[in-house]
Amino acid sequence: MYRPSQRRIERERYKRSRTRRATAVATLSTVLTLAVLFLVVTGSPGWPRTKETFFDAEYARQALPLVLDGLWLNLRLLLVCGAVTLVLGLLLAVTRTLRGPAFFPLRALATAYVDFFRGLPLIICLLAVIFGVPALRLQGVPTDPVVLGGTALVLTYSAYMAEVFRAGIESVHPSQRAAARSLGLSTAQTMRFVVLPQAVRRVVPPLLNDLVSLQKDTGLVSIAGAVDAVYAAQILSSKTFNYTPYVVAGLVFVVLTIPMTRFTDWVTARMNRRQSQGGTV
Amino acid sequence: MRSRSAAIAAASVLAALAASGCAPQQTAGSTSGTSGTASSAARPGGSCTADALATKAKGKLTVGTDTPAYAPWFQDDDPANGKGYESAVAYAVAQKLGFAKGDVVWQKVAFNNAFAPGAKTFDFDVNQVSINEDRRKAVDLSSGYYDVRQTLIALKDSKAAKATSLADLKGAKLGAQVGTTSLDVINDLIKPDQQPSVFQKNDLAKAALKNGQVDAIVVDLPTAFYITGAEVTEAEVVGQFETPAGAAKEQFGLVLDKDSALTSCVSQAVDALREDGTLAAIEKQWLSDAAGAPVLK
Repeated sequence: MYRPSQRRIERERYKRSRTRRATAVATLSTVLTLAVLFLVVTGSPGWPRTKETFFDAEYARQALPLVLDGLWLNLRLLLVCGAVTLVLGLLLAVTRTLRGPAFFPLRALATAYVDFFRGLPLIICLLAVIFGVPALRLQGVPTDPVVLGGTALVLTYSAYMAEVFRAGIESVHPSQRAAARSLGLSTAQTMRFVVLPQAVRRVVPPLLNDLVSLQKDTGLVSIAGAVDAVYAAQILSSKTFNYTPYVVAGLVFVVLTIPMTRFTDWVTARMNRRQSQGGTV
Repeated sequence: MRSRSAAIAAASVLAALAASGCAPQQTAGSTSGTSGTASSAARPGGSCTADALATKAKGKLTVGTDTPAYAPWFQDDDPANGKGYESAVAYAVAQKLGFAKGDVVWQKVAFNNAFAPGAKTFDFDVNQVSINEDRRKAVDLSSGYYDVRQTLIALKDSKAAKATSLADLKGAKLGAQVGTTSLDVINDLIKPDQQPSVFQKNDLAKAALKNGQVDAIVVDLPTAFYITGAEVTEAEVVGQFETPAGAAKEQFGLVLDKDSALTSCVSQAVDALREDGTLAAIEKQWLSDAAGAPVLK
């Protein structure tokens, strides 16, 4: 029958009291800081004007439905482009890591593609695709700005994702490959059953980072006239000369990103648990 | 460890002091009074003269406009040459207020910055800004210096070019520039079945029209004549829109800082220019005659 010693009980009590004290100090300093910020902001000479311009309840009420309408476009683009970029990025990364001299042209092409689209500013890519492609007047090529804008996003983001996947693939220790080959797996099988599962698992956090970034960049498709959440806010803002719609749109995006971030954290935590099966040492 | 929390508190107080040390901006020329009333610069019977006006720079009149400055409102992307309707109006207003041509300083101000809160970098801004009540809450607007009519342009060989009524445009994919009343015309008057395309600049709207990504775009009349005459010659003016009955006539106004001391003087100058026929003469010189466009009802 184990009974904690007197000394241990004493030590734990002391620890608890320290924790309580730390919490109290943190709370106090937070309250103080917030109070000071509040007083500085609301006491500034321009505050009434700022409040009217950025935090007007009436304009916020007008803006919210319009912004949510626009958000539907962002979400559709995110789902479609997100899925396509993940697949394309993985393909590019695998292509770049192919071995053997016969694959040199493929490797070179994939490398050139990644270098080009990772370096090309997204806005220029969007302009070139959205306004340049229809100017060719080719039969059967879509002219819908949303489709073209989505294509431009895929071009740029698949290059980003390819680099992330490649980093994952190259981080798998060569001994893993050697072990798989010595068991009689072919190169393709080694890639499929040994390297990729480990590689992908390692790069989930940066991949999700790119997805969050893509989510925010979907709005840039509005350059072609399609109305997304931020653009809906801009339309109302420039009609009324009031900035509240922007604040509403910003908050909507933040709210949208929070679940995504929590999901990332959860995935990472789960992976860590899996990797340290049998408990941490 | 009392000293640490004391340090935190002290730091907070220091931060507060530092923040309050951010001195409030001096807004030159703004007086606390409702806009449009006679202020110190323009006493009843007082003078709206160059030396009495509290302008940004003493003895100079700073005028803002966006870049690029589009024809026919400006010529050659140079607002200072006095050519183009708005450039000419700005110089006429300056003259009425007693500023010589050399005392007018042009300032690049993006459309969105013209109404941003905070100190303004101009005395007034001239940028085809339509007057409405919402905007008056954010900035001062002078009397209208131009009566705007909205028109529709489409490629000559398109279906939209054959439209003779608003109903004919219901199924069309329409476009307009953001922040313009052209967009309001589409949403409130035509009410098309498809969501209209909204463009940051008319350049993009023109590109989309050429590419067939929109069937037609709505722009103000002078811009329409300029686009169809010089820029997209394969397009034509289909017709113009009437202001809905009971709605206020649409006018462009000069933008001034909220409660600017100059507003009443600038408005008086614009009104005087309208009465003595100067505005009409400038319009005749720089803007095409609008008689040719049929009205879409």
